[in-house]
Amino acid sequence: MRGDIRFLRRGRPVRLTAASPTLTLLDYLRLQERATGTKEGCAEGDCGACTVVLRRLRGERVVYEPVNACILLAGQADGAEVITVEDLADGDTLHPVQQALVDRHGSQCGFCTPGFVMALFALYHAPAPRALDRARVNDWLAGNLCRCTGYRPIVEAALASCAGAPSDRFAAQEEESRHALQRLAGNDDLFVGTPERFFAAPTSLAALGQLCAEHPDATLVAGATDVGLWITKGLRDLPRIIWLGRVRGLDVIDDGRDAVGFGACVTLVAATPHLAAIDPDLGELMRRFAGTQIRTTGTVGGNIANGSPIGDLPPALIALGATVALQHGETPRSLPLESFFLAYRKQDRREGEFVRMVRVPKLAANERFRCFKITKRFDEDISAVMGAFKLRLDGRRIVGARLAYGGMAEIPKRARAAERQLIEVSLDRPESFAGTLAALAEDFTPISDQRASARYRLDVARAILRRALTEIAGAPTSTTRIVGRREAVHDGAG
Amino acid sequence: MTAPVDLRAGELPLRTVQRPTRHDSAVKHVSGSAAYVDDLREPGGTLHVAVGGAPAAAGRLAEIDLDAVRKAPGVVAVLTAADIPGRNDVSPVGAGDDPIFAREQIDFHGQVVFAAVAASREAARHAVRLARVTVEARAPLVTVDQALAAKSLVLPDYGFRRGDVAAALAASPHRRKSQLRIGGQEHFYLEGQVALAVPGEDGDMFVHCSTQHPSEVQHLVAAMLGLPDAAVTVEVRRMGGAFGGKESQAAQWAAIAALGARATGRPCKLRLDRDDDMRLTGKRHDFLAQYDVGFDGEGRITALEVAMASRCGYSADLSSAINDRAMFHAENAYFVPAASVTTRRTRTNTVSNTAFRGFGGPQGMMAAERVIDEIAWALGLDPLEVRKRNLYREGHDVTPYGMKVEDNILPALVETLERKSDYRRRRREVSAFNAESRFLRRGLALTPVKFGISFTTTHLNQGGALIHVYQDGSIHLNHGGTEMGQGLNVKVAQVVAEEFGVDLDRVKITATTTAKVPNTSPTAASSGTDINAMAARNAAAAIKARLVAFAAAAYNAPAEQVALRDNQVFIGNRAIPFGEFVKQAYLARVSLSSTGFYRTPKISWNPAKGGRPFYYFAYGAACSEVILDVTTGEMKVERVDILHDVGRSLNPAVDIGQIEGGFVQGMGWLTTEELVFAGDGRLLTHAPSTYKIPCASDVPEHFTISLWAGANREDTIYRSKAVGEPPLMLAISVFAAVADALHSLAPGAPVRLDAPATPEAIRRAVQSLGAA
Repeated sequence: MRGDIRFLRRGRPVRLTAASPTLTLLDYLRLQERATGTKEGCAEGDCGACTVVLRRLRGERVVYEPVNACILLAGQADGAEVITVEDLADGDTLHPVQQALVDRHGSQCGFCTPGFVMALFALYHAPAPRALDRARVNDWLAGNLCRCTGYRPIVEAALASCAGAPSDRFAAQEEESRHALQRLAGNDDLFVGTPERFFAAPTSLAALGQLCAEHPDATLVAGATDVGLWITKGLRDLPRIIWLGRVRGLDVIDDGRDAVGFGACVTLVAATPHLAAIDPDLGELMRRFAGTQIRTTGTVGGNIANGSPIGDLPPALIALGATVALQHGETPRSLPLESFFLAYRKQDRREGEFVRMVRVPKLAANERFRCFKITKRFDEDISAVMGAFKLRLDGRRIVGARLAYGGMAEIPKRARAAERQLIEVSLDRPESFAGTLAALAEDFTPISDQRASARYRLDVARAILRRALTEIAGAPTSTTRIVGRREAVHDGAG
Repeated sequence: MTAPVDLRAGELPLRTVQRPTRHDSAVKHVSGSAAYVDDLREPGGTLHVAVGGAPAAAGRLAEIDLDAVRKAPGVVAVLTAADIPGRNDVSPVGAGDDPIFAREQIDFHGQVVFAAVAASREAARHAVRLARVTVEARAPLVTVDQALAAKSLVLPDYGFRRGDVAAALAASPHRRKSQLRIGGQEHFYLEGQVALAVPGEDGDMFVHCSTQHPSEVQHLVAAMLGLPDAAVTVEVRRMGGAFGGKESQAAQWAAIAALGARATGRPCKLRLDRDDDMRLTGKRHDFLAQYDVGFDGEGRITALEVAMASRCGYSADLSSAINDRAMFHAENAYFVPAASVTTRRTRTNTVSNTAFRGFGGPQGMMAAERVIDEIAWALGLDPLEVRKRNLYREGHDVTPYGMKVEDNILPALVETLERKSDYRRRRREVSAFNAESRFLRRGLALTPVKFGISFTTTHLNQGGALIHVYQDGSIHLNHGGTEMGQGLNVKVAQVVAEEFGVDLDRVKITATTTAKVPNTSPTAASSGTDINAMAARNAAAAIKARLVAFAAAAYNAPAEQVALRDNQVFIGNRAIPFGEFVKQAYLARVSLSSTGFYRTPKISWNPAKGGRPFYYFAYGAACSEVILDVTTGEMKVERVDILHDVGRSLNPAVDIGQIEGGFVQGMGWLTTEELVFAGDGRLLTHAPSTYKIPCASDVPEHFTISLWAGANREDTIYRSKAVGEPPLMLAISVFAAVADALHSLAPGAPVRLDAPATPEAIRRAVQSLGAA
């Protein structure tokens, strides 16, 4: 058992033995270390001004992960090197991403700039699944807000400095860093604090099961992309925190012939290519899922266990027929994902029980899938309505339908009445879609809130179902969508 | 048509101004070493302040139970209205209606009632949540409509008119009457409101504050403490964005921090959490604009009546001048023979709305552009054709408020952009696309901007500067403007370096402080460079004149043969390094320090008598193309081309940054940014999770910006023009393009699209066209 949180700063180990379990990495940096280059813009993971990079080992690879320090617990940096804006320049020589921003007038007020610098630094070191183009830079920067520049010079700085293989001093030190990171954290369970107030990070499922049983009221944290806001906005006291990020086996992806299994702590970034391979619309959904920083820390399991009525993944996974596997102590059970959600923010999860994995069936040859997210802003926005649709076809005849929506009820929910109306409908008779569209009013009585009115929600829920049917009937998406066209698919790898 | 004025001939070659010099803090920005108020190393013993507010939007404070707050861990002091030794008011216009702490009456949800001062920020924020504030609540007035119905006004109505509008309207061959709703806007400066107050001897107070108006903060803090202005010093090195939101609304937080420092004798810092910042500080006014326009068969306006009503919030703040400016722009760039423009300034139980880039101008201009679209729809004309036919031109060049438009560059500018943006070909392509497309529609619009430059509150049009030249030839520059990212400091430094003929790096830019330049105007109204660079040049010129006189005397040369350039002083055939020469001047007891002052000429405005409110106009035009999904209302801006007039640019890099940044901010205002208030007056969109400013992918793929080649015809600093606000209104082209796309669904029918054009608003407009 290890009793301190350990991370590297500028090559040196930092050990936190008495930190509050809810200390954020940003407060550690700004208040304790007095490294004030990293800014707080919103303290909720939306603006990116607090972006720092965690250099850590993922398997054998050294990776550079951009994260929102404002809602990341200091303990989540355990085992990583924390790199901040102050660390990039080499004496008087700016890092290439910094120099590119200066050369292209990429800062005005400068307050968001450290966050952009760090996001670009991570992009500079990111594996390049395809050529760096404007669209990929835009996706990468979706979690960084700038109110002054209009982004053009920042995007140009990214294009100028982040294409090609990394050649900075961080790349040069990578072997050194690998060894330092290997030595740093070890494989022991982590427990900092007392049984009353602690930050714990078990490394095995058995230890996790035991901890959860001992402390059934402890807060389970995966990415903390929501729990972080309980702390910074709710000012909630969370005395006992169990971080899942070190549990072996929870980050496993089991990509089989008929289904993909995602361990609960698989990050959204890691899940993306596997989801995109099921259907390009899932790739597009993941592309528009929060920003890079949130996708880097946020997890598949967290998005489900959190139980938000507007979480983006659950409707898509429910439409696909996913099941969720839970564990209590040593006892596992599993249930269809749609049955997991009981009521507003209430799930079928007992005290001490945790989400272990999600199994997502792949599409059969006669199945078609579409999903759409309606938001005020395309990127980094939470759905007003999210709809996901899976149809089983017999030729041009619909013989099975799973329609799931988010934002239409207090939980992510299937549209059973609309589903019934689709059976035996022919794709060649668009006029016969009317029945299912009308039936959505039986399935849902949405509410009005800051994202949309009830009236618009029902209206647009119909519009996206009609769009799905129109497309599955054969309309090219260039005639039905203005973003995320299937003819020009993003790889979604962020 | 007026040809661009070019006064370049006969001037000496310029070495520092008119170059695309980078922002003076650029390297510090990217290194994390540019310090904002919250980054300053706190003096020992610094305490932290958090504020607590009312749980209702309207009513009387019944009880404030702060016992639990006082007993909370780390709390050192609790502050309420009763603790204020002087004036409990931060109204920027002396209206006495902006209490620092509410005393009896509650005017908006969350209004500050008390503050906790504690050992840490966390302790202070936790403590304030323990308060029990009870309000005898009554039903609040939240919307403009509610306020209009209740005749709830914060300021008297105001209007101006020309001609017999009713008769002209009645005589017009065509007439249309309708209305447009224009949403407000949250500033969303990335650095929230923050102040650090440090107590000094004699009760003096030194305040680091993120504000556009240090002199006003100084005055209001002094009045709150019951001290003379001279006892308070306010310093601003830089802000992390402001956009008008730190013009009047920074003072309350500075005042509370200063009160905490007075009460405890220790430095006190107050930094608002983002959600509190969004709940507790004012925004751009939302407007309801009703219009009645008469026009001829060619689309020329014969008469126009515009009646606007704005949501001012609970207090006057700057709403008077903001509504005035909306009126000054309600005809935008178009000649209106008979005009009536009025505003009603409603009082609502919402936060007090305030300055925001454009200061009412954008809302007025939105009404003008909708009027033009309305005419085009009625007559089946291309809206651009109607715009061009109505532009101010010679003989038709007097505004409804009686000011002559002297530099009519817009006809030429619009035609240039029409050509550059390939408007006509694209108009045909858009029509062809729309004829074939069932779900998706494209829209295209080219709209002009004419924006009046000067504070309409005439006395504010003054600037000050202080320059020291030290014995080694280094130059200390100080002026009354504040840096919020707009590049003011680098522009002023360029001007000073030019004047002394030295390299830019010899000019040390220093923090704005009320101790060096007093009685400053806010850095606002796009005037920062116009007034402060002129003042700085005057200060530099005064020192330079002494240096030249000294050179002439010491070296027995005619003054005309003394020149300062290339870091040297040339006296006849002799060249002396600047630093060395300055040292000689010092030894000869020449004063090497000077203030500088500038007042904008020609202007005067009196609401009762009229006058010339603006020194000049800044112009521009933008052509935007959008695509939208009529079934969902989703919309994307595909292409934007901008041609903008900054006179002769002092710094093209900075100016282009202002233009594109302003455009994107305006685009956000009119598309994704929606303020939603609940019926009980709570702001529901108080965080970036629910309030959506543009992000990188919202910027159009094709986005070009060109500068109009022409000098300011007025004698401004190097013939440049103000650039801070005008580009924001270029984004009206996006809104008009959305309306254009919608119009294709039912040609001839008016489009009832309100701003912001969110997917839901667009969808509503589709349905109102009967095209659902």
